[in-house]
Amino acid sequence: MSDLAQFRADTRAWLEVNCPAEMRTPMRSEDDACWGGRHFKFQSEAQERWMRVMGEKGWTVPDWPAAYGGGGLSAAETKVLKEEMRAIGARSPLSSFGISMLGPALLKYGTEEQKSRFLPEIARGEIRWCQGYSEPGAGSDLAGLQTKCEDMGDHWLVNGQKVWTSYADQADWIFCLVRTSTETKHGGISFLLFDMESEGVSTKPILLISGYSPFCETFFDDVKVPKDQVVGEVNKGWDVAKYLLGHEREMISGMGLGSGSSRTLAQSLGEIDDPVLAADVALFDVDALAFAAMSEHFIDQLKAGEAHPAMPSMMKYAGTELNKKRHELIMAAGGSDALEWDSERSRGGKAAREWLRTKANSIEGGTSEVQLGIVAKHILRLPGA
Amino acid sequence: MILTDDQRQLADMTRTFMGEEGTIKKQLRHWRDIGCKDGFGHGLWKQMAELGLTGLAIPEEEGGLGLGTTEAALVMEEVGRNLTPSPFLTTSIVAVEALKGSEQGKRWFPGILSGDTIAAFAIDEGPHHRPRQIALEAKRSGNGFALSGSKQFVVHGASADLLIVAARTGGSAGESKGLTLFAVPRDAAGMTVENVALADASKAARITFEGTQIDADAVIGEVDGGWEPLRRAMRAGRTGAAAELVGVAAGASAMTVDYLKQRKQFGKLIGEFQVLQHRAAHLFGEIEIARAATFKAAELLDRGDERAGVMTHVAKAKAGRVSALAVQEAVQMHGGIGMTDEHDIGLYMKREKVLDALFGDANYHARMVQAA
Repeated sequence: MSDLAQFRADTRAWLEVNCPAEMRTPMRSEDDACWGGRHFKFQSEAQERWMRVMGEKGWTVPDWPAAYGGGGLSAAETKVLKEEMRAIGARSPLSSFGISMLGPALLKYGTEEQKSRFLPEIARGEIRWCQGYSEPGAGSDLAGLQTKCEDMGDHWLVNGQKVWTSYADQADWIFCLVRTSTETKHGGISFLLFDMESEGVSTKPILLISGYSPFCETFFDDVKVPKDQVVGEVNKGWDVAKYLLGHEREMISGMGLGSGSSRTLAQSLGEIDDPVLAADVALFDVDALAFAAMSEHFIDQLKAGEAHPAMPSMMKYAGTELNKKRHELIMAAGGSDALEWDSERSRGGKAAREWLRTKANSIEGGTSEVQLGIVAKHILRLPGA
Repeated sequence: MILTDDQRQLADMTRTFMGEEGTIKKQLRHWRDIGCKDGFGHGLWKQMAELGLTGLAIPEEEGGLGLGTTEAALVMEEVGRNLTPSPFLTTSIVAVEALKGSEQGKRWFPGILSGDTIAAFAIDEGPHHRPRQIALEAKRSGNGFALSGSKQFVVHGASADLLIVAARTGGSAGESKGLTLFAVPRDAAGMTVENVALADASKAARITFEGTQIDADAVIGEVDGGWEPLRRAMRAGRTGAAAELVGVAAGASAMTVDYLKQRKQFGKLIGEFQVLQHRAAHLFGEIEIARAATFKAAELLDRGDERAGVMTHVAKAKAGRVSALAVQEAVQMHGGIGMTDEHDIGLYMKREKVLDALFGDANYHARMVQAA
């Protein structure tokens, strides 16, 4: 038996023993995701156990180095693990901004001390992170951010406000862009990590059109931060931020693929009696399946180191526009059933709330217009873009 | 999918070759302007034979390169980029795929390899691609069959030495069973061929069969079992046409992006206007997606994967829609100059229209995706 075949057999056996039956059922909604962290209320003992055993094995981040809490698996082994998890319908053990965003940035820009300190707790789901980028005056145009970070000799002093901080009210730590110099727009930004329990940090949820509050306003009032919690060089946080945004965009672009089901939209909607809608759905499925092929190709390019640095922008743009279209069609197919907001039948207005949620896809993580601008400038090299 | 070194070499070689020998000025415009009855140059076809391209998909044991749909698609993308007229799609992709593994292959492959044989396929009978509706009748007659009925949109039909004809030996309209595929020599008696120039200056015949007598050994595969080779040939042809469409879109959009960087209006380069930047960037993404879908279809076909059928429909539909957008944007962004015959950009728009219709347009393939 080849090493990989042996690995597959071992993995299958391990999952069989360790993946609880409850964690092999499809997630009903975003609420079923496991976020970990100090204050997370697990939905069940099975959910908690699944996160713990996977975290201990490093399989929440299978391809990170074992020294930092990862699984130390090769690309081929990681693929096998994912295939075996999919085969039994295993849920993702942990949803985490630490894994999808901060981790890759720390691996590239963090000091040895920072990597050893933060990465293992990300892998084990012990600390839940939030992202402090946007400000009231600086959304997609992050260069305009104002949050002040002063060097007080033995610590940093942070004052300012963030907005659209996803789950800030439930997060333990924040990775945050702050202004350490006003001399140049991008040049004076630093990338800072700190505990949300620090004195002077407060959050306030923002109620959205979907009726949910996944986002917060976040306020910093004389927050003291230890000096060694800047990632990368002081005043050069923009490089870290851009690298991280690339990962965020890759993650968001995955939404164009829908919620993991391999069925086409036409199949999942069933019989459609309106020929105009049926045609729209057929054309959507062409776009969605073509985008799925592009996603595979993009991942292959990333692995081969051949992806253009601006490609995540293209993928984010295309993926999120597709996701918005998908939910428009689901609403159209659902008719008045899909409009119910609070009934048992509609699972608490799932279709309507998800439809509304998707409208943020082309705003968060840099608007569609910003992504198109990046493609125009960096790939097409259009003048003045 | 990441290309292998061999595939990259083939792509580079064809890109250079088509970019030098297959240009719009040397080929498309030249043959159009002198009113050539074939619409393409035999000289270029011979050069392609010398490079081994005509027999790219012919098995190695039969003297070809034994390559697959992916390699054919790489060539087609360069053909599309340069609008190079040649019988590569009809002969080296569709006819070769239809003939592969049949007795007829032994007869026709040597001529295809040497660049002496041109092949055409005759599927469509109405203005829309409806392969299951084929009604052209093949009746047992003498030691073979007599064909009666008509075909249209037979690309290179009047120039071809060999016609691959799909006919009905059984079943009824709408059914895929009862179809038979024939390799019909161009000199068979009882055929009337009307050579028609299409909008893009390519040639596609209308052919009427009036009791055209065919030998029994002209059957490709099994009598009543023509759907299988026909479907294989159509899948290869659709993927090839999709790749050509991607090339057309990429060529038109490259020309347009260059123009945006040169043309000044209102005291600015028009490429500085955000509305044009965003449209160009959107188009860039769509072309990348169409290319990915096309090469995915090719890869699945080459692997014999069961998902190849659906992906072929996705590729042809996506490439058709994206290329239509690309050429329309290209002409619009060029403004008045884009409407002149002198400028090449309009030629891309005309080629796209013909390629979209070939082997079924985007609407047809979207319906097939839905039915899958």
